Amino acid sequence: MTYRTDLPVMLPVKRPEAEPFLGLKLWHMLPIALIAIIGPSLAFAQSSADGQTPFGILLNWAPLLLKGFIFNLVISVSAMALGTVGGAILGLGQISLFAPTRHGSWFVTQFFRNAPWLVLLFFAMFLLPFEINVFGLKIPFPDWFKAILGLSLPVMANVSEIVRGAVRSLPSGQWEAAESLAYTRLQTLWLIILPQCVKRMLPPWMNLYSILTMATVLASIVGVNEVMTLTGQALASEGGRPDLLAPFYGFVLLLFFVYCYPIAKFTVWLEKKYAVIT
Amino acid sequence: MNWTPADPMVSLKDVHKSFGELKVLNGVSLDVMKGDVICIIGPSGSGKSTLIRCVNALNDIQKGSILVEGQEVNDPNLDKLELRKKVGMVFQQYNLFPHKTALQNVMMAPVRVLKQDKAKAEETARALIRKVRLEGKENAYPGELSGGQQQRVAIARSLAMQPDVILFDEVTAALDPETVGEVLQTIKDLAEDGMTCILVTHEMAFAREVADHIYFTDRGVIVEHGPPETFFKNAQDPRTKEFLSQIL
Ligand SMILES: Nc1ncnc2c1ncn2[C@@H]1O[C@H](COP(=O)(O)OP(=O)(O)OP(=O)(O)O)[C@@H](O)[C@H]1O
Ligand SMILES: [Mg+2]
Repeated sequence: MTYRTDLPVMLPVKRPEAEPFLGLKLWHMLPIALIAIIGPSLAFAQSSADGQTPFGILLNWAPLLLKGFIFNLVISVSAMALGTVGGAILGLGQISLFAPTRHGSWFVTQFFRNAPWLVLLFFAMFLLPFEINVFGLKIPFPDWFKAILGLSLPVMANVSEIVRGAVRSLPSGQWEAAESLAYTRLQTLWLIILPQCVKRMLPPWMNLYSILTMATVLASIVGVNEVMTLTGQALASEGGRPDLLAPFYGFVLLLFFVYCYPIAKFTVWLEKKYAVIT
Repeated sequence: MNWTPADPMVSLKDVHKSFGELKVLNGVSLDVMKGDVICIIGPSGSGKSTLIRCVNALNDIQKGSILVEGQEVNDPNLDKLELRKKVGMVFQQYNLFPHKTALQNVMMAPVRVLKQDKAKAEETARALIRKVRLEGKENAYPGELSGGQQQRVAIARSLAMQPDVILFDEVTAALDPETVGEVLQTIKDLAEDGMTCILVTHEMAFAREVADHIYFTDRGVIVEHGPPETFFKNAQDPRTKEFLSQIL
Protein backbone atom coordinates (compact mmCIF):
# COMPACT_ATOMS: atom_id res chain seq x y z
CA MET A 1 0.00 0.00 0.00
CA THR A 2 1.56 3.27 -1.05
CA TYR A 3 0.19 6.73 -0.49
CA ARG A 4 0.51 9.14 -3.39
CA THR A 5 0.85 12.36 -1.44
CA ASP A 6 3.38 14.91 -0.39
CA LEU A 7 1.93 15.25 3.08
CA PRO A 8 4.53 14.00 5.55
CA VAL A 9 1.98 12.44 7.89
CA MET A 10 0.54 10.43 5.00
CA LEU A 11 3.85 8.96 3.93
CA PRO A 12 4.43 5.31 4.73
CA VAL A 13 5.44 4.93 8.32
CA LYS A 14 8.51 3.06 9.38
CA ARG A 15 7.55 -0.07 11.22
CA PRO A 16 7.86 0.78 14.91
CA GLU A 17 10.49 -1.17 16.79
CA ALA A 18 9.17 -4.10 18.73
CA GLU A 19 10.97 -3.16 21.93
CA PRO A 20 10.40 0.30 23.39
CA PHE A 21 13.47 2.51 23.66
CA LEU A 22 15.81 1.09 26.34
CA GLY A 23 12.92 -1.12 27.40
CA LEU A 24 11.17 1.88 28.90
CA LYS A 25 7.41 1.79 29.34
CA LEU A 26 5.05 4.73 29.39
CA TRP A 27 4.89 4.99 33.17
CA HIS A 28 8.68 5.08 33.41
CA MET A 29 8.58 8.47 31.75
CA LEU A 30 6.69 10.01 34.62
CA PRO A 31 9.31 9.63 37.37
CA ILE A 32 12.05 10.51 34.91
CA ALA A 33 10.29 13.75 34.02
CA LEU A 34 9.58 14.51 37.66
CA ILE A 35 13.23 14.02 38.60
CA ALA A 36 14.24 16.28 35.73
CA ILE A 37 12.01 19.01 37.11
CA ILE A 38 12.52 18.58 40.81
CA GLY A 39 16.27 18.07 40.57
CA PRO A 40 17.19 21.61 39.52
CA SER A 41 14.58 23.12 41.83
CA LEU A 42 16.13 21.31 44.82
CA ALA A 43 19.50 22.70 43.81
CA PHE A 44 18.07 26.20 43.76
CA ALA A 45 16.13 25.60 46.97
CA GLN A 46 19.19 26.19 49.16
CA SER A 47 19.59 29.68 47.79
CA SER A 48 15.93 30.50 48.32
CA ALA A 49 15.54 33.35 50.78
CA ASP A 50 12.08 33.02 52.31
CA GLY A 51 12.15 29.37 53.33
CA GLN A 52 9.52 28.16 50.86
CA THR A 53 10.97 25.72 48.31
CA PRO A 54 10.32 26.31 44.60
CA PHE A 55 8.51 23.00 44.55
CA GLY A 56 6.19 24.19 47.32
CA ILE A 57 5.45 27.38 45.37
CA LEU A 58 4.72 25.31 42.27
CA LEU A 59 2.28 23.21 44.29
CA ASN A 60 0.40 26.37 45.27
CA TRP A 61 0.08 27.41 41.66
CA ALA A 62 -0.55 23.95 40.24
CA PRO A 63 -4.38 24.04 40.37
CA LEU A 64 -4.47 27.32 38.43
CA LEU A 65 -1.97 26.07 35.86
CA LEU A 66 -3.97 22.88 35.48
CA LYS A 67 -7.06 24.94 34.76
CA GLY A 68 -5.10 26.84 32.13
CA PHE A 69 -4.01 23.56 30.60
CA ILE A 70 -7.58 22.32 30.45
CA PHE A 71 -8.37 25.51 28.57
CA ASN A 72 -5.63 24.53 26.10
CA LEU A 73 -7.35 21.20 25.65
CA VAL A 74 -10.71 22.89 25.08
CA ILE A 75 -9.12 25.07 22.42
CA SER A 76 -7.45 22.06 20.79
CA VAL A 77 -10.59 19.91 20.74
CA SER A 78 -12.73 22.75 19.40
CA ALA A 79 -10.23 23.77 16.74
CA MET A 80 -9.84 20.12 15.75
CA ALA A 81 -13.60 19.66 15.45
CA LEU A 82 -14.06 22.81 13.41
CA GLY A 83 -11.02 22.09 11.27
CA THR A 84 -12.10 18.50 10.65
CA VAL A 85 -15.55 19.50 9.44
CA GLY A 86 -14.11 22.25 7.25
CA GLY A 87 -11.27 20.03 6.06
CA ALA A 88 -13.58 17.16 5.17
CA ILE A 89 -15.65 19.49 3.00
CA LEU A 90 -12.55 21.04 1.47
CA GLY A 91 -10.97 17.62 0.87
CA LEU A 92 -14.08 16.37 -0.93
CA GLY A 93 -14.04 19.61 -2.88
CA GLN A 94 -10.53 18.72 -4.02
CA ILE A 95 -11.82 15.52 -5.67
CA SER A 96 -14.91 17.13 -7.13
CA LEU A 97 -15.66 16.54 -10.80
CA PHE A 98 -16.58 20.22 -11.12
CA ALA A 99 -13.32 21.94 -12.03
CA PRO A 100 -13.93 25.32 -10.33
CA THR A 101 -14.74 23.57 -7.03
CA ARG A 102 -11.69 21.38 -7.38
CA HIS A 103 -9.33 24.23 -8.17
CA GLY A 104 -10.82 26.51 -5.54
CA SER A 105 -10.54 23.85 -2.84
CA TRP A 106 -7.01 23.08 -3.90
CA PHE A 107 -6.03 26.73 -3.67
CA VAL A 108 -7.57 27.27 -0.24
CA THR A 109 -5.93 24.09 1.02
CA GLN A 110 -2.51 25.03 -0.25
CA PHE A 111 -2.83 28.58 1.02
CA PHE A 112 -3.57 27.61 4.60
CA ARG A 113 -1.22 24.63 4.62
CA ASN A 114 1.73 26.80 3.71
CA ALA A 115 1.04 29.62 6.14
CA PRO A 116 2.74 29.80 9.56
CA TRP A 117 0.20 28.95 12.26
CA LEU A 118 1.12 31.99 14.32
CA VAL A 119 0.45 34.34 11.43
CA LEU A 120 -2.96 32.78 10.87
CA LEU A 121 -3.64 33.20 14.57
CA PHE A 122 -2.74 36.90 14.39
CA PHE A 123 -4.99 37.33 11.40
CA ALA A 124 -7.92 35.74 13.21
CA MET A 125 -7.22 37.85 16.29
CA PHE A 126 -6.95 41.23 14.66
CA LEU A 127 -9.17 40.92 11.61
CA LEU A 128 -12.23 39.47 13.31
CA PRO A 129 -14.44 41.97 15.16
CA PHE A 130 -14.81 41.57 18.93
CA GLU A 131 -18.53 41.11 18.40
CA ILE A 132 -20.95 40.74 15.51
CA ASN A 133 -24.39 42.18 15.10
CA VAL A 134 -27.07 39.76 13.96
CA PHE A 135 -30.50 41.38 13.74
CA GLY A 136 -29.70 43.70 16.59
CA LEU A 137 -28.39 40.80 18.66
CA LYS A 138 -24.81 41.33 19.74
CA ILE A 139 -22.81 38.09 19.64
CA PRO A 140 -19.44 38.61 21.31
CA PHE A 141 -16.28 37.14 19.79
CA PRO A 142 -14.01 36.59 22.77
CA ASP A 143 -10.28 36.13 22.22
CA TRP A 144 -10.34 32.43 22.94
CA PHE A 145 -13.01 31.94 20.28
CA LYS A 146 -10.89 33.79 17.75
CA ALA A 147 -7.94 31.62 18.74
CA ILE A 148 -10.02 28.53 18.02
CA LEU A 149 -10.97 29.90 14.61
CA GLY A 150 -7.39 30.90 13.86
CA LEU A 151 -6.00 27.48 14.77
CA SER A 152 -8.75 25.63 12.94
CA LEU A 153 -7.60 27.11 9.62
CA PRO A 154 -4.33 25.18 9.30
CA VAL A 155 -6.06 22.12 10.75
CA MET A 156 -8.69 22.41 8.05
CA ALA A 157 -6.05 22.59 5.32
CA ASN A 158 -4.18 19.58 6.69
CA VAL A 159 -7.36 17.52 7.10
CA SER A 160 -8.24 18.44 3.53
CA GLU A 161 -4.94 16.95 2.38
CA ILE A 162 -5.43 13.87 4.55
CA VAL A 163 -8.85 13.28 2.98
CA ARG A 164 -7.58 13.81 -0.55
CA GLY A 165 -4.54 11.60 0.05
CA ALA A 166 -6.62 8.81 1.53
CA VAL A 167 -9.14 8.87 -1.31
CA ARG A 168 -6.34 8.90 -3.87
CA SER A 169 -4.60 6.01 -2.15
CA LEU A 170 -7.52 3.66 -2.81
CA PRO A 171 -7.11 1.53 -5.93
CA SER A 172 -9.07 2.92 -8.89
CA GLY A 173 -10.70 -0.48 -9.22
CA GLN A 174 -12.92 0.39 -6.27
CA TRP A 175 -14.32 3.36 -8.17
CA GLU A 176 -14.73 1.35 -11.35
CA ALA A 177 -16.48 -1.52 -9.62
CA ALA A 178 -18.90 0.90 -7.97
CA GLU A 179 -19.46 2.77 -11.23
CA SER A 180 -20.20 -0.40 -13.13
CA LEU A 181 -22.78 -1.34 -10.48
CA ALA A 182 -24.59 1.92 -11.27
CA TYR A 183 -23.89 3.64 -7.96
CA THR A 184 -24.08 7.41 -8.17
CA ARG A 185 -20.90 9.29 -7.39
CA LEU A 186 -22.25 10.38 -4.03
CA GLN A 187 -23.21 6.81 -3.12
CA THR A 188 -19.79 5.59 -4.24
CA LEU A 189 -18.09 8.11 -2.00
CA TRP A 190 -20.33 7.59 0.97
CA LEU A 191 -20.78 3.81 0.88
CA ILE A 192 -17.56 2.57 -0.63
CA ILE A 193 -14.72 5.06 -0.70
CA LEU A 194 -14.96 7.01 2.56
CA PRO A 195 -15.59 4.01 4.85
CA GLN A 196 -12.33 2.54 3.57
CA CYS A 197 -10.56 5.86 4.00
CA VAL A 198 -11.44 6.34 7.65
CA LYS A 199 -8.94 3.69 8.70
CA ARG A 200 -6.23 5.28 6.61
CA MET A 201 -7.05 8.77 7.82
CA LEU A 202 -7.14 8.04 11.53
CA PRO A 203 -3.40 7.88 12.26
CA PRO A 204 -2.45 11.08 10.39
CA TRP A 205 -5.49 12.79 11.84
CA MET A 206 -4.39 11.93 15.38
CA ASN A 207 -0.88 13.07 14.58
CA LEU A 208 -2.31 16.37 13.51
CA TYR A 209 -4.25 16.59 16.74
CA SER A 210 -1.06 16.15 18.77
CA ILE A 211 0.65 18.88 16.81
CA LEU A 212 -2.36 21.15 17.26
CA THR A 213 -2.46 20.54 21.01
CA MET A 214 1.13 21.60 21.32
CA ALA A 215 0.47 24.61 19.10
CA THR A 216 -2.29 25.89 21.40
CA VAL A 217 0.40 27.62 23.50
CA LEU A 218 0.73 30.03 20.58
CA ALA A 219 -2.50 31.53 21.86
CA SER A 220 -0.53 32.94 24.79
CA ILE A 221 1.21 35.31 22.37
CA VAL A 222 -2.13 36.84 21.48
CA GLY A 223 -3.18 37.08 25.11
CA VAL A 224 -5.50 34.14 25.67
CA ASN A 225 -5.46 32.92 29.27
CA GLU A 226 -4.11 29.48 28.54
CA VAL A 227 -1.44 27.63 30.46
CA MET A 228 1.59 29.54 29.16
CA THR A 229 0.02 32.92 29.85
CA LEU A 230 -0.92 31.83 33.36
CA THR A 231 2.57 30.44 33.98
CA GLY A 232 4.06 33.75 32.96
CA GLN A 233 1.68 35.60 35.26
CA ALA A 234 2.40 33.25 38.16
CA LEU A 235 6.13 33.70 37.72
CA ALA A 236 5.73 37.45 37.57
CA SER A 237 3.68 37.56 40.76
CA GLU A 238 6.40 35.50 42.49
CA GLY A 239 8.80 38.30 41.66
CA GLY A 240 10.41 36.70 38.62
CA ARG A 241 12.67 34.41 40.67
CA PRO A 242 15.02 32.56 38.27
CA ASP A 243 14.97 29.41 40.40
CA LEU A 244 11.25 29.04 39.65
CA LEU A 245 11.62 28.97 35.86
CA ALA A 246 12.71 25.34 35.60
CA PRO A 247 10.03 23.84 37.83
CA PHE A 248 7.21 25.93 36.38
CA TYR A 249 7.98 25.42 32.71
CA GLY A 250 8.97 21.83 33.47
CA PHE A 251 5.52 21.33 34.93
CA VAL A 252 3.91 22.66 31.75
CA LEU A 253 6.09 20.36 29.65
CA LEU A 254 5.07 17.45 31.81
CA LEU A 255 1.37 18.25 31.35
CA PHE A 256 1.71 18.23 27.59
CA PHE A 257 3.82 15.11 27.65
CA VAL A 258 1.39 13.16 29.78
CA TYR A 259 -1.43 14.14 27.44
CA CYS A 260 0.26 13.78 24.06
CA TYR A 261 2.46 10.75 24.59
CA PRO A 262 -0.41 8.25 24.97
CA ILE A 263 -1.99 9.71 21.81
CA ALA A 264 1.26 9.17 19.93
CA LYS A 265 1.48 5.62 21.31
CA PHE A 266 -2.10 4.90 20.29
CA THR A 267 -1.44 6.30 16.80
CA VAL A 268 1.49 3.98 16.33
CA TRP A 269 -0.64 1.08 17.51
CA LEU A 270 -3.37 2.01 15.02
CA GLU A 271 -0.84 2.29 12.21
CA LYS A 272 0.49 -1.16 13.02
CA LYS A 273 -2.98 -2.63 13.28
CA TYR A 274 -4.24 -1.24 9.98
CA ALA A 275 -0.99 -1.89 8.14
CA VAL A 276 -1.65 -5.60 8.60
CA ILE A 277 -5.25 -5.53 7.40
CA THR A 278 -5.04 -3.43 4.26
CA MET B 1 -35.94 3.17 -33.27
CA ASN B 2 -37.39 0.51 -31.06
CA TRP B 3 -35.21 -2.32 -29.99
CA THR B 4 -36.58 -5.87 -30.12
CA PRO B 5 -34.91 -9.05 -28.84
CA ALA B 6 -34.37 -10.03 -32.46
CA ASP B 7 -31.93 -7.12 -32.85
CA PRO B 8 -28.36 -7.35 -31.52
CA MET B 9 -28.19 -6.80 -27.79
CA VAL B 10 -24.87 -5.02 -28.16
CA SER B 11 -23.87 -3.52 -31.47
CA LEU B 12 -20.61 -1.70 -32.14
CA LYS B 13 -20.14 0.18 -35.39
CA ASP B 14 -16.83 1.70 -36.44
CA VAL B 15 -15.74 2.49 -32.90
CA HIS B 16 -12.69 4.76 -32.56
CA LYS B 17 -10.99 5.48 -29.28
CA SER B 18 -7.73 7.14 -28.40
CA PHE B 19 -6.01 8.16 -25.19
CA GLY B 20 -4.55 11.49 -26.19
CA GLU B 21 -2.27 10.77 -29.13
CA LEU B 22 -2.41 7.01 -28.69
CA LYS B 23 -5.01 5.41 -30.95
CA VAL B 24 -6.30 2.31 -29.21
CA LEU B 25 -9.41 1.37 -31.22
CA ASN B 26 -9.43 2.02 -34.97
CA GLY B 27 -12.87 1.18 -36.24
CA VAL B 28 -14.20 -1.83 -34.40
CA SER B 29 -17.56 -3.31 -35.38
CA LEU B 30 -19.25 -6.32 -33.87
CA ASP B 31 -22.70 -7.55 -32.94
CA VAL B 32 -23.73 -9.64 -29.96
CA MET B 33 -27.13 -11.33 -29.99
CA LYS B 34 -29.12 -12.13 -26.89
CA GLY B 35 -27.80 -15.29 -25.28
CA ASP B 36 -24.55 -15.18 -27.24
CA VAL B 37 -21.19 -15.78 -25.65
CA ILE B 38 -18.42 -14.03 -27.52
CA CYS B 39 -14.72 -14.17 -26.71
CA ILE B 40 -12.26 -11.46 -27.61
CA ILE B 41 -8.66 -12.58 -27.83
CA GLY B 42 -5.52 -10.85 -28.92
CA PRO B 43 -2.04 -9.77 -27.88
CA SER B 44 -1.42 -7.58 -24.85
CA GLY B 45 -2.09 -3.92 -25.50
CA SER B 46 -4.28 -4.57 -28.52
CA GLY B 47 -7.20 -2.74 -26.90
CA LYS B 48 -9.35 -5.61 -25.61
CA SER B 49 -9.98 -4.11 -22.20
CA THR B 50 -10.58 -0.69 -23.67
CA LEU B 51 -13.08 -2.20 -26.10
CA ILE B 52 -15.29 -3.80 -23.48
CA ARG B 53 -14.96 -0.88 -21.07
CA CYS B 54 -16.50 1.32 -23.75
CA VAL B 55 -19.62 -0.84 -23.70
CA ASN B 56 -20.57 0.24 -20.17
CA ALA B 57 -19.16 3.74 -20.64
CA LEU B 58 -16.19 3.33 -18.28
CA ASN B 59 -14.29 4.71 -21.29
CA ASP B 60 -15.80 7.18 -23.72
CA ILE B 61 -15.26 6.92 -27.46
CA GLN B 62 -14.41 9.59 -30.00
CA LYS B 63 -16.22 8.23 -33.03
CA GLY B 64 -18.67 5.50 -33.96
CA SER B 65 -21.69 4.02 -32.32
CA ILE B 66 -22.31 1.57 -29.52
CA LEU B 67 -25.89 0.43 -29.08
CA VAL B 68 -26.93 -1.53 -26.01
CA GLU B 69 -30.48 -2.74 -26.47
CA GLY B 70 -30.93 0.13 -28.87
CA GLN B 71 -29.61 2.75 -26.45
CA GLU B 72 -26.76 4.83 -27.89
CA VAL B 73 -23.77 4.86 -25.55
CA ASN B 74 -21.83 7.47 -27.53
CA ASP B 75 -24.19 10.25 -26.53
CA PRO B 76 -23.36 13.19 -24.30
CA ASN B 77 -26.81 12.94 -22.70
CA LEU B 78 -26.44 9.23 -21.98
CA ASP B 79 -27.95 8.10 -18.69
CA LYS B 80 -24.94 6.09 -17.55
CA LEU B 81 -26.72 4.70 -14.51
CA GLU B 82 -29.52 3.23 -16.65
CA LEU B 83 -26.95 1.74 -19.02
CA ARG B 84 -24.97 0.17 -16.18
CA LYS B 85 -28.06 -1.42 -14.71
CA LYS B 86 -28.25 -3.42 -17.95
CA VAL B 87 -24.53 -4.14 -18.34
CA GLY B 88 -22.64 -5.96 -15.60
CA MET B 89 -18.87 -6.14 -15.39
CA VAL B 90 -16.36 -8.47 -13.76
CA PHE B 91 -12.74 -7.36 -13.43
CA GLN B 92 -9.39 -9.07 -13.48
CA GLN B 93 -8.63 -7.81 -9.96
CA TYR B 94 -12.11 -8.75 -8.60
CA ASN B 95 -12.48 -5.28 -7.01
CA LEU B 96 -14.69 -6.51 -4.20
CA PHE B 97 -15.39 -3.95 -1.48
CA PRO B 98 -12.99 -5.08 1.26
CA HIS B 99 -14.95 -3.51 4.13
CA LYS B 100 -18.09 -5.52 3.31
CA THR B 101 -18.78 -9.23 3.69
CA ALA B 102 -19.43 -11.44 0.68
CA LEU B 103 -23.17 -11.23 1.30
CA GLN B 104 -23.10 -7.44 1.67
CA ASN B 105 -21.02 -7.12 -1.48
CA VAL B 106 -23.69 -9.01 -3.38
CA MET B 107 -26.80 -7.40 -1.91
CA MET B 108 -25.66 -3.80 -1.48
CA ALA B 109 -26.20 -2.61 -5.05
CA PRO B 110 -29.67 -4.15 -5.43
CA VAL B 111 -30.72 -2.43 -2.19
CA ARG B 112 -29.03 0.92 -2.77
CA VAL B 113 -29.25 1.23 -6.53
CA LEU B 114 -32.31 -0.78 -7.52
CA LYS B 115 -34.08 0.11 -4.24
CA GLN B 116 -35.05 -3.51 -3.71
CA ASP B 117 -36.56 -4.60 -0.44
CA LYS B 118 -33.74 -5.62 1.90
CA ALA B 119 -35.13 -9.01 2.87
CA LYS B 120 -35.82 -9.92 -0.73
CA ALA B 121 -32.38 -8.72 -1.84
CA GLU B 122 -30.76 -10.81 0.87
CA GLU B 123 -32.69 -13.88 -0.21
CA THR B 124 -31.60 -13.37 -3.81
CA ALA B 125 -28.03 -12.73 -2.72
CA ARG B 126 -27.89 -15.94 -0.69
CA ALA B 127 -29.26 -17.88 -3.66
CA LEU B 128 -26.60 -16.35 -5.92
CA ILE B 129 -23.84 -17.18 -3.47
CA ARG B 130 -25.10 -20.78 -3.52
CA LYS B 131 -25.16 -20.65 -7.29
CA VAL B 132 -21.47 -19.73 -7.45
CA ARG B 133 -20.85 -22.57 -4.96
CA LEU B 134 -19.83 -20.43 -2.00
CA GLU B 135 -22.41 -21.50 0.53
CA GLY B 136 -21.08 -20.89 4.02
CA LYS B 137 -18.89 -17.96 2.96
CA GLU B 138 -21.67 -15.35 3.20
CA ASN B 139 -20.14 -13.62 6.19
CA ALA B 140 -16.51 -13.83 5.11
CA TYR B 141 -14.71 -10.64 4.18
CA PRO B 142 -12.94 -10.55 0.79
CA GLY B 143 -9.57 -10.64 2.56
CA GLU B 144 -10.51 -14.02 4.02
CA LEU B 145 -11.31 -15.58 0.63
CA SER B 146 -9.04 -17.07 -2.01
CA GLY B 147 -8.71 -15.32 -5.37
CA GLY B 148 -11.04 -17.78 -7.04
CA GLN B 149 -13.62 -17.39 -4.29
CA GLN B 150 -13.40 -13.61 -4.48
CA GLN B 151 -13.89 -13.71 -8.22
CA ARG B 152 -16.98 -15.87 -7.83
CA VAL B 153 -18.37 -13.40 -5.30
CA ALA B 154 -17.70 -10.68 -7.86
CA ILE B 155 -19.65 -12.63 -10.45
CA ALA B 156 -22.52 -13.08 -7.99
CA ARG B 157 -22.38 -9.36 -7.21
CA SER B 158 -22.75 -8.57 -10.88
CA LEU B 159 -25.56 -11.11 -11.34
CA ALA B 160 -27.50 -9.61 -8.42
CA MET B 161 -28.18 -6.55 -10.55
CA GLN B 162 -29.94 -8.82 -13.06
CA PRO B 163 -28.03 -7.42 -16.03
CA ASP B 164 -28.88 -8.36 -19.60
CA VAL B 165 -25.24 -8.72 -20.57
CA ILE B 166 -22.05 -9.20 -18.54
CA LEU B 167 -18.55 -8.09 -19.52
CA PHE B 168 -15.66 -10.23 -18.28
CA ASP B 169 -12.18 -8.72 -18.52
CA GLU B 170 -9.57 -11.48 -18.14
CA VAL B 171 -11.26 -12.61 -14.97
CA THR B 172 -8.95 -15.59 -14.49
CA ALA B 173 -5.68 -13.84 -15.29
CA ALA B 174 -4.87 -12.97 -11.67
CA LEU B 175 -5.76 -16.40 -10.28
CA ASP B 176 -3.64 -19.34 -9.19
CA PRO B 177 -3.81 -22.12 -11.78
CA GLU B 178 -5.69 -24.41 -9.41
CA THR B 179 -8.55 -21.91 -8.90
CA VAL B 180 -8.97 -20.93 -12.55
CA GLY B 181 -11.17 -23.94 -13.20
CA GLU B 182 -13.80 -23.10 -10.59
CA VAL B 183 -14.28 -19.60 -12.01
CA LEU B 184 -14.46 -20.85 -15.59
CA GLN B 185 -17.04 -23.42 -14.48
CA THR B 186 -19.14 -20.62 -12.98
CA ILE B 187 -19.04 -18.69 -16.25
CA LYS B 188 -19.89 -21.86 -18.16
CA ASP B 189 -22.96 -22.32 -15.95
CA LEU B 190 -24.01 -18.76 -16.74
CA ALA B 191 -23.57 -19.29 -20.45
CA GLU B 192 -25.71 -22.42 -20.27
CA ASP B 193 -28.41 -20.42 -18.47
CA GLY B 194 -28.51 -18.18 -21.52
CA MET B 195 -26.71 -15.14 -20.13
CA THR B 196 -25.24 -12.88 -22.79
CA CYS B 197 -21.50 -12.68 -22.15
CA ILE B 198 -18.65 -10.70 -23.66
CA LEU B 199 -15.40 -12.21 -22.49
CA VAL B 200 -11.82 -11.09 -22.88
CA THR B 201 -9.71 -14.14 -22.16
CA HIS B 202 -6.41 -15.89 -22.67
CA GLU B 203 -7.95 -19.30 -21.92
CA MET B 204 -8.11 -20.70 -25.44
CA ALA B 205 -9.52 -24.12 -24.52
CA PHE B 206 -12.26 -22.41 -22.57
CA ALA B 207 -13.00 -19.98 -25.39
CA ARG B 208 -13.24 -22.84 -27.79
CA GLU B 209 -15.67 -24.67 -25.55
CA VAL B 210 -18.11 -21.92 -24.53
CA ALA B 211 -17.89 -19.24 -27.20
CA ASP B 212 -20.41 -18.88 -29.98
CA HIS B 213 -18.08 -16.52 -31.73
CA ILE B 214 -14.41 -15.57 -31.41
CA TYR B 215 -12.91 -12.18 -32.27
CA PHE B 216 -9.20 -11.67 -32.66
CA THR B 217 -7.99 -8.11 -32.18
CA ASP B 218 -4.63 -6.57 -32.95
CA ARG B 219 -3.67 -2.91 -32.71
CA GLY B 220 -7.22 -1.72 -32.32
CA VAL B 221 -8.86 -3.58 -35.17
CA ILE B 222 -10.64 -6.90 -35.45
CA VAL B 223 -8.34 -8.92 -37.64
CA GLU B 224 -10.41 -12.04 -37.91
CA HIS B 225 -13.51 -13.58 -36.39
CA GLY B 226 -15.68 -16.63 -36.67
CA PRO B 227 -17.20 -19.57 -34.81
CA PRO B 228 -14.62 -21.39 -32.68
CA GLU B 229 -14.24 -24.43 -34.91
CA THR B 230 -13.38 -22.51 -38.07
CA PHE B 231 -11.46 -19.87 -36.15
CA PHE B 232 -9.07 -22.25 -34.42
CA LYS B 233 -8.73 -24.72 -37.32
CA ASN B 234 -8.73 -22.39 -40.30
CA ALA B 235 -7.28 -19.10 -39.26
CA GLN B 236 -6.52 -17.14 -42.42
CA ASP B 237 -4.70 -14.02 -41.32
CA PRO B 238 -0.96 -14.40 -40.64
CA ARG B 239 -1.28 -12.33 -37.43
CA THR B 240 -3.93 -14.69 -36.09
CA LYS B 241 -1.83 -17.70 -37.03
CA GLU B 242 1.20 -16.29 -35.30
CA PHE B 243 -0.75 -15.46 -32.14
CA LEU B 244 -2.36 -18.89 -32.01
CA SER B 245 0.94 -20.66 -32.59
CA GLN B 246 2.43 -18.78 -29.64
CA ILE B 247 -0.41 -19.37 -27.26
CA LEU B 248 -1.56 -22.92 -28.07
N1 LIG C 1 -6.44 5.12 -19.09
C1 LIG C 1 -5.51 5.02 -20.05
N2 LIG C 1 -4.77 6.10 -20.38
C2 LIG C 1 -3.83 6.03 -21.35
N3 LIG C 1 -3.57 4.93 -22.05
C3 LIG C 1 -4.28 3.81 -21.78
C4 LIG C 1 -5.28 3.81 -20.76
N4 LIG C 1 -5.83 2.58 -20.71
C5 LIG C 1 -5.18 1.85 -21.65
N5 LIG C 1 -4.26 2.58 -22.30
C6 LIG C 1 -3.41 2.12 -23.40
O1 LIG C 1 -4.23 1.59 -24.41
C7 LIG C 1 -3.64 0.46 -25.01
C8 LIG C 1 -4.63 -0.70 -24.96
O2 LIG C 1 -4.83 -1.08 -23.62
P1 LIG C 1 -5.80 -2.24 -23.19
O3 LIG C 1 -5.76 -2.32 -21.71
O4 LIG C 1 -7.12 -2.04 -23.83
O5 LIG C 1 -5.10 -3.51 -23.84
P2 LIG C 1 -5.45 -5.02 -23.62
O6 LIG C 1 -5.65 -5.60 -24.97
O7 LIG C 1 -6.54 -5.19 -22.65
O8 LIG C 1 -4.10 -5.60 -23.04
P3 LIG C 1 -3.87 -6.70 -21.90
O9 LIG C 1 -4.01 -8.02 -22.56
O10 LIG C 1 -2.47 -6.45 -21.45
O11 LIG C 1 -4.88 -6.46 -20.83
C9 LIG C 1 -2.36 0.19 -24.26
O12 LIG C 1 -1.29 0.69 -25.03
C10 LIG C 1 -2.50 0.97 -22.99
O13 LIG C 1 -1.26 1.43 -22.56
MG1 LIG D 1 -6.71 -5.90 -20.59
